[in-house]
Amino acid sequence: MGKTIAEKILQSHLLDDGAVVEPGNIVRAWVDVALLNDVNGPIAFRHFANMGGGPVARPDKVVLVCDHFAPAPNAPGARLIGDMRRFAQEKGIEHFFDVGKGGIEHTLAPEQGLIVAGDLVAGGDSHTGTAGAFGAFGTGMSWAGMAAIMMLDETWFKVPESMRFELRGKKAPFVTGKDVILRVLGEIGVDGALYRSMEFGGPGVAELNIDERMAICNMMVEAGAKTGMVEPDAETEAYAKAHAKRAYTLVRADADAQYASRHDIDLAAMRPMVAKPYSPENVVAVDAAKGVHVDQVYMGNCANGTLTDLRQIASVLAGRKVARGTRAIIVPATQQVYVQAMKEGLIEQFIAAGAAVTTPTCGACFGGHNGALDDGEVAVATVNRNFKGRAGHAGAQVYLANSYVAAAAAVAGEIVDPAVL
Amino acid sequence: MIFEGNIHVVGDHCDTDVMIPGRYLSLVEPCEIAKHIFEEVDPGFVKRVQPGDILVAGKNFGSGSGREHAPFGLKGLGLSCIVAASFSRTFYRMAIDLGLPILTCEAAARAAKVGQRARIDTASGEIRIDRQVFRTQPMPPFIQEIIEQGGLTAWVKAEVARRRASA
Repeated sequence: MGKTIAEKILQSHLLDDGAVVEPGNIVRAWVDVALLNDVNGPIAFRHFANMGGGPVARPDKVVLVCDHFAPAPNAPGARLIGDMRRFAQEKGIEHFFDVGKGGIEHTLAPEQGLIVAGDLVAGGDSHTGTAGAFGAFGTGMSWAGMAAIMMLDETWFKVPESMRFELRGKKAPFVTGKDVILRVLGEIGVDGALYRSMEFGGPGVAELNIDERMAICNMMVEAGAKTGMVEPDAETEAYAKAHAKRAYTLVRADADAQYASRHDIDLAAMRPMVAKPYSPENVVAVDAAKGVHVDQVYMGNCANGTLTDLRQIASVLAGRKVARGTRAIIVPATQQVYVQAMKEGLIEQFIAAGAAVTTPTCGACFGGHNGALDDGEVAVATVNRNFKGRAGHAGAQVYLANSYVAAAAAVAGEIVDPAVL
Repeated sequence: MIFEGNIHVVGDHCDTDVMIPGRYLSLVEPCEIAKHIFEEVDPGFVKRVQPGDILVAGKNFGSGSGREHAPFGLKGLGLSCIVAASFSRTFYRMAIDLGLPILTCEAAARAAKVGQRARIDTASGEIRIDRQVFRTQPMPPFIQEIIEQGGLTAWVKAEVARRRASA
């Protein structure tokens, strides 16, 4: 019987060769990467000490990224970053990214070649599944579980059932990977992939570059998925060749793999989408939200502060200004993306348009800092969640959208189809 | 293990941002986190919970951000057990690893009302709500082993000792 991508990656990481990788079975496995940030890391370090502490079993597999409370907005945040710095120093962890040295973990780790195709990646952050864009199995895990990996160099996984999403057709202007995943969320709902792997394949995949694939994989967890990936192709391989610091494997599904469900998506028939408050499944075409006044536009997160996003934003902002009564915040995902955007003149263009450009951070995406919202305020954001209270005051409202739609809203001061701006 | 307590009820898709907003993610002590549970949507919740009480939820409980602050805070409040129609997988694993027992039972989740008494047997999967009896899958033996030791920390300690003994 054929295997899905998730099953094959688990199979290649088993500790017990006799284990059977079938949905529902619990298997012991080793991971390639243990990814921690300044929210989950410090608590994982506490678990680690309570478990007996000592040396980390495989310090080379641990990647520590300061991105949530970075740069620290207050003293408690500074303490968390300090915990990261101390742990890295004490345990000899080479892959430690301090403020100014890295960026947002899910864009940064693959960019630095630390997550590669075929990897099994465990992370303390729920958006670890973003690694699926690069052909890796990434999954968010308990923080005690992350400590256990640092102690034992192993963990356990329940083998997930898999869902298949077949993409075809050419995408229309202003339609991006973000719209693909928003459309899927609208269709299957926020528990439509609970415990499952979401696997995207088909000829339409070639329409999406690696950055847009990140937007898709980033929000699979919003459907409850354990993991998910875009089936590797020439684009995946080119990225791996350019970035990988270890051997990589392109893992594709067997033709007779068993999927719990199959879904067909025609990119040519798609429109830019928005998810209305207060759920990522509350999805409509941008036209249906037209005219909603916008106080703030936030562009950036762990999958939408990419160079592709910044170029999309620039194409809309070119020769235009952020509307009076609206503020725009743009957050490049990593230092490398920031530098490239500067070289291309994008940053200057953003500032000329009246947008604030900030250092890489998760900041306002989780309501921590760098652009929180007040009662009654409305925002368009290229982030992944619009739950009540997440972006600041519980009375604030967030519409999720792609970078074209967000930039167009910044210019118009209201939600508008970027094609008719 | 058997738990008995008064029931508190929440609906479907209860996300972790609602349980504990992101601005509190710099807190690390369970008792501190517990003070802010459901603060935005139900400010009286924290005061109503008595040690040993049981939380009954709809589907997809714990969705959204995977933050240990959520199960930590619920456990820190004194809740002994959670029954839901379904759980977000990250929340499920976090709760187990922290030694907070959780069971999936849609029928019980739909029937439970605030203020009723519940008696839950995690080993047999029997859930009693006042006089109604529901049966669900008990937790898998491997998961029960972690819960019985009070969480993953003790389990890892035992595993480290076992490895040392066999080395």
